This record gives sequence, structure tokens and C-alpha cells, in this order.
Amino acid sequence: MLLFCEQLLNGLQLGVTLFLMSAGLTLVFGIMQVINLAHGSFYMIGAYVGATVALHSGSFLLAIFAALGASWLAGCLAEALILRHLYRRRHLDQVLATFGVILFCNEMTRIIWGRQPLFMDIPAALSGSVQILPGLPYPIYRLAVLAVGLAVAVLLWLIFTRTRIGMQVRAGAVNREMVAALGVNITLLYTLVFGCGAMLAGLAGLMAGPILAVEPGMGESILILTFVVIVIGGIGSVRGAFIGAVLVGLVDTLGRAFLPLLLRLLLSPATADSVAASLASMAIYIFMALVLVIKPKGLFPAHH
Amino acid sequence: MKKLLTGLCTLALLLPATSFAADTVKIGMITTLSTKAGYLGEEIRDGFSLAMEKEGGKLGGVSVELLVEDDEAKPEKGKQIAQRFAQKDGIKIMTGIVFSNVAMAVVPKLVRDEVLYLSANAGPSDLAGKGCHPNYFSVSYQNDNLDEVVGQYVTETGHGNVYLLAPNYPAGKDHLAGFKRYYKGQIAGEVYTKLDQADYAAEIATIRDAKPDAVFFFLPGGMGINFVKQYAQAGLGGTIPLYGPAFSFDERLLAAVGEAALGVKNGSQWTHDLDNPANREFVENFRKAFKRTPTLYAAQGYDTAMLLASALRQTGGKAEPEALRQAVKKAEFASVRGNFAFGANQHPIQDLYIREVVRSDGGFTNKTVKKVFTNHVDAYAAECKM
Amino acid sequence: MTRKQLFLLLAAVLLSLLPAAAHLFGNPYLLSLASRILIYGLAAASLDLLLGYGAMISLGHAAYVGIGAYAAGILHLHLGAPGLAPALALVADSEVSGLVILPLAVLAASLAALVIGALCLRTTGMHFIMITLAFAQMLYYFFISLEAYGGDDGLSLLGRSKLPLVNLDNDTHFYYFCLFCLIAFLLLASRLVHSRFGLILRGTGDNERRARGLGVNTGRYRLALFTIAGGSAGLAGALLANHSEFVSPGLLNWTLSGELMVMVLLGGIGTLFGPVFGAAVYLLLEEGLNMYTEHWMAYMGPLLVLAVLFARNGLLPLLISGRKRHG
Repeated sequence: MLLFCEQLLNGLQLGVTLFLMSAGLTLVFGIMQVINLAHGSFYMIGAYVGATVALHSGSFLLAIFAALGASWLAGCLAEALILRHLYRRRHLDQVLATFGVILFCNEMTRIIWGRQPLFMDIPAALSGSVQILPGLPYPIYRLAVLAVGLAVAVLLWLIFTRTRIGMQVRAGAVNREMVAALGVNITLLYTLVFGCGAMLAGLAGLMAGPILAVEPGMGESILILTFVVIVIGGIGSVRGAFIGAVLVGLVDTLGRAFLPLLLRLLLSPATADSVAASLASMAIYIFMALVLVIKPKGLFPAHH
Repeated sequence: MKKLLTGLCTLALLLPATSFAADTVKIGMITTLSTKAGYLGEEIRDGFSLAMEKEGGKLGGVSVELLVEDDEAKPEKGKQIAQRFAQKDGIKIMTGIVFSNVAMAVVPKLVRDEVLYLSANAGPSDLAGKGCHPNYFSVSYQNDNLDEVVGQYVTETGHGNVYLLAPNYPAGKDHLAGFKRYYKGQIAGEVYTKLDQADYAAEIATIRDAKPDAVFFFLPGGMGINFVKQYAQAGLGGTIPLYGPAFSFDERLLAAVGEAALGVKNGSQWTHDLDNPANREFVENFRKAFKRTPTLYAAQGYDTAMLLASALRQTGGKAEPEALRQAVKKAEFASVRGNFAFGANQHPIQDLYIREVVRSDGGFTNKTVKKVFTNHVDAYAAECKM
Repeated sequence: MTRKQLFLLLAAVLLSLLPAAAHLFGNPYLLSLASRILIYGLAAASLDLLLGYGAMISLGHAAYVGIGAYAAGILHLHLGAPGLAPALALVADSEVSGLVILPLAVLAASLAALVIGALCLRTTGMHFIMITLAFAQMLYYFFISLEAYGGDDGLSLLGRSKLPLVNLDNDTHFYYFCLFCLIAFLLLASRLVHSRFGLILRGTGDNERRARGLGVNTGRYRLALFTIAGGSAGLAGALLANHSEFVSPGLLNWTLSGELMVMVLLGGIGTLFGPVFGAAVYLLLEEGLNMYTEHWMAYMGPLLVLAVLFARNGLLPLLISGRKRHG
């Protein structure tokens, strides 16, 4: 039972990290109708800049600002230089241009930071673990990640439901011509949304830094998961992204944790282990296929 | 416009390889320089070229040209490069492959075509056993070696219940098999994770629940960093000791893992603190040239070049296959590992050590703790009919 | 004769003379490189059927290439093994294994495309891109854990498939066989896209609602096209397996899907012949940049972005029509 609680928490924590990645991407998808494969690169930039600043200054706080700033800047630059020219083009062009951006970013990190992974430590205040239940210690840092993810989710919800800019963004997702006609500076709004999406990705990268290896190509592994989240949640819906992210996090974690045990009831241990390992790595894709077969537009489609 | 372009394309295709004087021996290095594992190939290349620099661009008194190509850790890509090296550049000596799956795709065909291949890293079991070949030499190890030494050491330490973890791919299973060959106790659990998995929280929770005496894991590259960091963060670092082969604990990875790896024992055939003249010279020169401590991969690259130098010196610079093969087989060079000889299957007979991750000035490094095996022969030598 | 026909004729002549040139220059690698270009050209052209004629942006086309390759590899392995079913053994003995292997590879890829397509085509737009990607990743992980056939290590084939009349183990024969497959595919595909079938598909690509309003069951047509494209990619996969005598899950990775898309766009989307040209440009660029720098991707990336921004319709239409742009 304790194990199950712990795995549940692990799943949730993976889920909110995915949410940070997905929130920005789903907005970009939904509002600008643009596919951005390079979202993972912002995640990587956040992690790299954060790790570098943390290493040289020793301050995690400074690292946060640097990482957020760098990924925001990278996002705005990518939008202004490349993606802005592709809004009215085919999805195909967008896929290709951003594929090119991925190649470039990965190679640049190798040129600038070298080939070996970078080190990033957990800030002293958040190291160690706490007993959340008797007999169940849990790393404080992971709890902090969970908290930040939830806080961002609440913040986004507040922005979208309570502020003027949030309403413009939401309106843009439904009908951008109408919003433009109403006198909203749509170019600026797009750049802003894109930059913020990149910043959230950078935040996710920064927070992953102490847990994961900071290395070239780290963005792609999470990018594909992010796509799965967005498609399950419904493109353009932040609420969908949140629920999709948590579901994917849970399916992935619980699958890895409990499939071997489950299959051992049916098969011999050796076969069970091997089948479970294969199934666990495919679990989220199977889950996604199931969702789309039942609801082709995802759980919470933003467009009608 | 059209004609110009077609013309250019044809020209580019037809350009012959830059030809050198006939007495230059060409060496093809197929290695991994990009992807997450790019630094492994960099180490091998730097070790190899350090040996060349020592002689001013020569090996064994013979001027050599080293061609390095990135295989992106993809077997297909490795095959393409090998084909280009062999057919376009006419290269007869190759080395450098980092990953076993690339080696398995590339090496069998190469050696059949009379190319001499000296492995500077990958040592898959098949090439040591049934698939052994007179043109194939492993200068590094047989893959299982570094796990076997840990298996033996863990048994000697008295751990009776060990939990095993490796990625779900053939090399992962091989490495665990190597451990189990010398480990005599019980197995608390055996888990195969997704290749390139980033988050190990679920596995770590399961380990905590299983309460083993120790954990043995094989997770190369970034996967190892992730696992070790998360393991320490989960508070298990101090309670259940970790063991593994050296692949997750080379000096460049340790810089990225930090304190989390402190005190972890791992198995290797070489460490920079081994006390022999060849090694002292190598480590000093390497640090001077590249401003970092060499890893085992660099040592393997260096040894490969030194071995080749000794062979070329014996043949008088001729790359004639049979003579070169005989010369290589003698292994008359001063290995940075000290003891070194080739066994019947042309894999090393060498000493294997357990080392421990310790603090060094400003960083982390490995310290040799114990020599566990002396003149160890790999498990597949008997299967080799050559 | 139009410029396009002239260009194609020139290309065909050049391609058929290539082996002679390779022998003349004593550079057999050229032939192997050219065969690879033809095979990737076939895969890219099959993707063009989807992208250019069906308005289906599949980011999982590598899956069918991989399935074709694996089908060829696995069959090759078993046809060489003792203890076969008598009917199969007969085929294996009669030195025509390719007659079984290649069609079965195409069939396997088509079947996979049929099933996956049926599920994917329930979605449209961005969802379609993502779900095709997800299925490809699913298969990628499936083959990684398929231990019986090498898993992540891949599968080495000893020798190539046997066909009557041609000896595929000979690089020149193999090259001509690839050229034959490519030309056969291009001819069939261009007939297909100019038939009623192709017209309907292009109509639905432009405006699905209108097509549906005219009483056309668009879904069925799209699925048929998806299956055909998958099968053709399977053929490319089977050829690729024979070319490198090796199969690995890397073939199913999404980066290959991305690269195939790049080839289509570089060459010219919706031109069928363009993607072959695109494959040549991409592979030669990669080969060329690789020779000069280890960091070839740092150049390839921006080149791609520039190509998207400025060569909107791809290189082939640009070449054929000079500077002026037409539909």
C-alpha cells in the first residue's frame, strides 16, 4: 500500500513536469495553429543555462532567473526569426523548419558545452527527504517540483479566467481573425505567448536538471511524451494538457512499477519480466491510441 | 542553372579521395561523436591521437593518417562509414567503435573482407566466442569482464541478496549475465528498464520495497547519471550500496553525477592511478594535452594506438595483413594496464580491479581499491574455434 | 518536350550510366551510395503520396520502412534455416527467395499501414501528425524489445535475397534492381495520382467537406492511399535491409520519419519525382558536410530552415521552371 502511494506520487510528479512542457506547446498549437518540434530545445536550453549559472554562481535562485530568461529569449527569437513566417503555411513546413532548429540546437550545445553531460545539484534547502507517511520517505526536491507544477497550473488557470490578456489568448484560440479585428495586437500577443510557452519549457528543463542528466538531445525524449500529452488532452486546451499530463505520468509510472508483478501472476517470471518491460515502454502509446480511437479530438478539444 | 547543378553533383560524387604518398598507412576510426554518448568517441579519439602525437604523427616509425567518422551510435551509419573507408579510401586497418550493436553490425563483414579490426571499446560476446576471427582483436575487454569482477567482489564482500537493474536491450542482459556468472548469492529482483529512460522513481521505490543487501546496475551514459542521482536523492545512497561496471563512473560522468556517486564501487580494467611507467606517462601527457583526467575509453584508445605502433614497427611499416596480424598478436607494447596479453580468441588476458569513487581536488575521481582477478580470461574463449 | 520531361530523361540517362562511371573511376563506394539514394528516394516518394496527394501529414512513415526491412530480415533468416515447412523449403532451395521475401515484406508493411491507418484516419490535422508519430514510436519500442530478432542490436543478414536473372549480391546488379523498383513505383504512382482515384484524393485534400457533400466516401480513399504508401515504404525497407545486409530498430525511429519529410520538401512536395531528387540532395549534403566537419548538423539545421523559408515548393520545381513559380 505504501509502495502504491509512493508510485502514485512519482506518477504525479512526472505528470506535472510534463504539464509544464505541454502547457506552452498546447497554447502555441491551439492559438497559432503552428507545430513546434523545437519545444524540446527550449527545455534543453533552460537546463543547460540553469546548470551553468548554478555551477558558477552557486545560487539556485540566480539559475532560475537565468534559465527562464534564456528560454524566453530563445522562444521569442525563434518566433520572430522563423515561426512568424510560417503561421499561414502548411503544417509540413512548420514541422521541417522546427526539425532544422532541433538539429541546430543540439549541435550548438555540443559545440558550446562539450559532449559530456553537465552537472546540476539540488539546492541545499531542498535536499534530503521527509517522511510523508510513516515508513515512506520522499525526496523534498520532488515534492517541490510537484508544488511548482501545481502552482503554475493554478496561475495559468487564474490568468485565463480572470485577466484580460488571458481572455484575448483564449479568444485567439477560438477565432483569431475576430480577435485581430477587435484591435488586439495579434503579432505581439503571439510573440508573448510563444515566449511564455518557451519559458515554461525552460522551467521544466531547469527543474529536471538536478534529477536528470543535462545532455544534448535531452529535449527530444520529453518532446514526444509532450506530444502524447497534448493529443490526449486535446490540442489548445490547457485544462486538457493538465489532465493529459497527469494521466500519462500515472500510466507510465504505474505501468513500469506494477506490470511485472501483474504479469507474474499469469506467466513464468522470466517471460513476465521481459513482456512487462516491453509493454511498459509502449504503455503510453497504447493508452494514447485508445483515447484517440474513442475520442478522436482528445479529451478536452478546444475547437468545435 | 540545371546543368550547373547536375554537373556539380556529379563532380562531388566522383571526387577521388585525397591520395597520400604510398608509404602512409591509413587508419579508419569509426566512433560515436554525436548523440548523448558523443564524449565516449571523443575520449577514444583523443587517446589514440595522443599516442600519434608522441611520435610526431607517426606510429612505430611509420607515418599514419587517421580518418575519424561519427557513427551517431547507429549500426546502419557505422556500416556506411566502414564501407566508405574500405571501398573509397582503401583502408585496411580500422578501430574505434563504441557500441556493441554497432560493432556486431560492422565487424563481421569487415574482417571477412580482410580488414584488420582492433576494438578500442565494444567487446560483444559473439565476437569473443563463436564469431571470433583472425582479423579481429579486442584491445579493451570482453563486455562481461567488468561485470564479472564486480560479481566476484560482491560475493567476497558477503552480500547475499542483490537487486539487478539494466536497460531492456541485449547488452543489458549480457552485462547482468556477466555479473551472475561470478555472483553466488540470491537475486532479490531483476528489472529491465526502457532504453534511454530518464526517470527511475518507480524502480527506486520498488528497490526500497524489496530491501536488498546491494544493488548492481548497468546503465551506461546519461541513464546512469539519472539513476545514481535519483537513487541518492531518494535517500538510498547511504543504506543500500550500489555496484556497477565502470561505464557509469568514468571521470567525465562523475563530474555530472557529483556527490551522489561518492563511495560507489565499480569494476574496471584500468584506472588513472595504476602504478606503472607507461600509465604515469600517459596520464601526465593526456592531462597536459586535454586539460582533463583520461577515462578508461581514452586509455583504450591509447593502448590500441600503442599496440598498432608496436606491430607496424615489427613489419617495417608494411600493412600486409598476415604479417601485421602476427605482429599484433604478440602484443609487444607497454600497456597502460601493466599486464597485457592476447588469449586464444584474441581478447585480452588482463587484471581486473575494483575501484571506488572518491573526492579529488575540486571534483570526483576513481581510486583503485583492490585487484580482484589476475590474468583473467573471458568466459567465451573456449567457444572460439580459430 | 517540356523542361520537366527533358530533366527526367537526363536524370534517367545519368542514372543508368552511373555504374559504368563508378567502374571507370575505380570507386565502388559510389555505387553503394547511389543505391542508397535510390532506396531513400523510393521511401520519400511513397511519403509524397501521402503529403502531396492525400494531404495526410504522417510523421511516422519510418515505421513502414522498418516493418518492410524487418519482414525481409526475419524471412531471410528463416528461409536459410533448416527444418522448414516443405513448401517454404522448396522456395528457399530454388534460389528465388527474393520472390517470396520482397512481396511478403510489402504485404506486411501494407497490412500494418491498413490497421494503423484505419485508426489514425479517425483524426485529422495536428492530431493525425501526432498519432502517426505515436504509432511509429510504439513499433520502435516493440522492435527494441523483440529479443528473438536481436532487439536493439538489430539483425545481421548474411548475403542478399536471391532472385532469378539478377544476382543481388553483385553491387551493379543490385543498383539496377533498385533503379528498376524506383522507376516502376514512380510510373505506377503517377498513373495512380492522375486517375479518378487521385483526383478525388486531391479534391478531399483541398476541401474535405465538399468532397463528402458530393457523396464520396473520403475515408476509404484515404485509407487506400495510406496503405499503398505504407506498402511502397515497405519495399524500400526490404531493399534497405538487403542493401546494408542489416536491420535495426533505428530504422523506425522518428528521426528517420523527419528525414524522409525533409527529402520530400527539399525535392518538391506533390511532384513524386522531386522527393527522389530531395533524397539525393540530402544524402549527398550529409555525406559532404560530414567530410569537412564533425558538426554537420549545425549546418544542416539552418540550411533546412532556409529551404523551408525560401524554397517553398522545393528544389526540383525551382530547377525545372527556372525562377518563376507555378502551382
